[in-house]
Amino acid sequence: MRLADSLWTEWLIALRFLLDNRMQSLLIIFGIAVGSAVIVFITALITGLQANVIERTLGTQAHIRILPPEEVNRVLPADDGSWSLVLENPRAQRLRSIINWQDIRDVLDEDPQVLAVSPVISGPAIARRGVARASVALLGIDPVRYQQIIPLTDDLIAGQFTVGAGNAVIGKELARDLGLGIGDKLKLDAGEGREAVVDIAGIFELGVRELDARYVYLDLKQTQTLLDLAGGVTVIDTTVGEIFEADRIAKRLARLTGLRAESWMETNGQLLNALSSQSMTTEMIRIFVGISVAFGIASVLAVSVVQRTREIGILRAMGSPRGQILRVFLLQGGLLGLLGSACGGAVGWGLVQVFNLAGPRLFFIPVDPTLVPLAMLVATVTGVLAAAMPARRAARYDPAVAIRYV
Amino acid sequence: MSESAASQNVEEVLRLEQVRKAFNFGTPLETEVLHGIDLRLCRGELTALIGPSGSGKSTLLNLIGLLDAPSSGELYLLGQPTRNSDDETRTRLRNHAIGFVFQFHHLISAFSVLENVLMPLMIRRGRPSSADIDLARSLLNEVGLDAFADKKPTQISGGQQQRVAIARALITRPPLLLADEPTGNLDTRTSQSVFELFHRINVQFGCAVLVVTHDPRLAADCARTIQLVDGRIVSDHSRTETR
Repeated sequence: MRLADSLWTEWLIALRFLLDNRMQSLLIIFGIAVGSAVIVFITALITGLQANVIERTLGTQAHIRILPPEEVNRVLPADDGSWSLVLENPRAQRLRSIINWQDIRDVLDEDPQVLAVSPVISGPAIARRGVARASVALLGIDPVRYQQIIPLTDDLIAGQFTVGAGNAVIGKELARDLGLGIGDKLKLDAGEGREAVVDIAGIFELGVRELDARYVYLDLKQTQTLLDLAGGVTVIDTTVGEIFEADRIAKRLARLTGLRAESWMETNGQLLNALSSQSMTTEMIRIFVGISVAFGIASVLAVSVVQRTREIGILRAMGSPRGQILRVFLLQGGLLGLLGSACGGAVGWGLVQVFNLAGPRLFFIPVDPTLVPLAMLVATVTGVLAAAMPARRAARYDPAVAIRYV
Repeated sequence: MSESAASQNVEEVLRLEQVRKAFNFGTPLETEVLHGIDLRLCRGELTALIGPSGSGKSTLLNLIGLLDAPSSGELYLLGQPTRNSDDETRTRLRNHAIGFVFQFHHLISAFSVLENVLMPLMIRRGRPSSADIDLARSLLNEVGLDAFADKKPTQISGGQQQRVAIARALITRPPLLLADEPTGNLDTRTSQSVFELFHRINVQFGCAVLVVTHDPRLAADCARTIQLVDGRIVSDHSRTETR
């Protein structure tokens, strides 16, 4: 007998048993559907939320920043056999250029794990318009390279992204504070008499208030002059392909260049902690919902096995092997899991769409196309596993006793 | 066991040699309910098994139906010893060689009348062929229920359900048909018509039929009557002509 023909009977019996107890089957399918919907929705929501938070965080900063080494005090070592007590004041960190930054940039350009490299010179200044003043951060950039790190043109709300020839691009908050519009002039004072007047070519909105109120993008050369670091850059921004490998890559780049390398994971430690706690919470919710679904299936099938005792005895008396009875109940478990999760998956997917269309619209939740099929697969396997114990019990019934069961 | 192999031994279908059955076997609580039963059933025989309650009729029927195994002795079905057979062999033998009719008919409510009749074949080989379905319909016709093929068991009367159970027991053309108080749950008129059906199929299908009954009038209708008392066969009468 071919397996397919044999399973035909198991399928038929399993389906008829489920249909015969329609209300019982519907109730457990409803229970499984609720569990699956929760799992699908919460997975999509949390995955979407985390992707969004990371995207927003990394949308305004480099993945790894290469910085010059910090200036430290040199303390003479104590003579042999003696101790020295040192009272040390930490060194002030003056603005310094990365030595041979062009060579380092070229090396990083060739690194297979680094996607984009952008040398930046940044330093403080005062922006003035009339009597209004604001403290700003000057960022001298190579616009083509910098766009690969932070795609500023996507965030432009007015004008264009042009920083050469005395043009500057500023944030929305700064423009509002100083009453600036496109084409207006802005005076920048970097101290010690180094001043420049620039034209506002563009206004951006990154969505981070601090950055929108302080960043002033200028040409690399003009900034070098303003900050008195001719030909220098203070930081090399990079992006990497594997964002969660940034820590490891940063350590490697630090060893490679002999400079400091700060990864986004290091500077956003609290955020990462929050994300991983959130992932753990989601995982716990999924596990407990999964367990309650499994127990639901197991208990319904356990009741069904008792209800069907006499029919199982009859089937056994008519020559149904133990394996066939086992498969009938395993199939019922699988079918309940599949049907319940298909309904639940559809509801979960629908909830995500409702959230995207009619929710608070804080962010968009993309649904991974494999999420619902995967949830259905897991629920089906869970159903089969949950059915194992009742199915084993059914298969072990003594037909002579089972037939007389009332 | 193939059907052709089953049909090779045309005379003897079942033989019991010194079959004993004890519960709690080998323990201090051991209770022997069947004491050395010798019995032989041949094709074409319609045998009634009678006896008072507690005489061991159901235990004997369970042993003959391979639903239970003897504590000692040997039970040959179609010449094959079965006492030490494993569950798989006994299950296969039940499907191929034995038809069961129970007191409470025991149809499966989730299936139609036709599907209930087909069930032993579906258990054996999966999806029924059109020939299987034709056979099931002809058996339903034989028991006068062809018009009820698509009904559910709950939609027909007790007597009709018992007839369906008989059709189901015959679908595999078994050499041995066992009936445990098949009329115990039916009124007198229906009992008589069900018993007449046993007579007819006994002649028509040529199988050995063993009917456990409390009803002395029905037992008197059988060609052979075996009386069981306290786990022993106390009489075994055959009549040359019945009815």
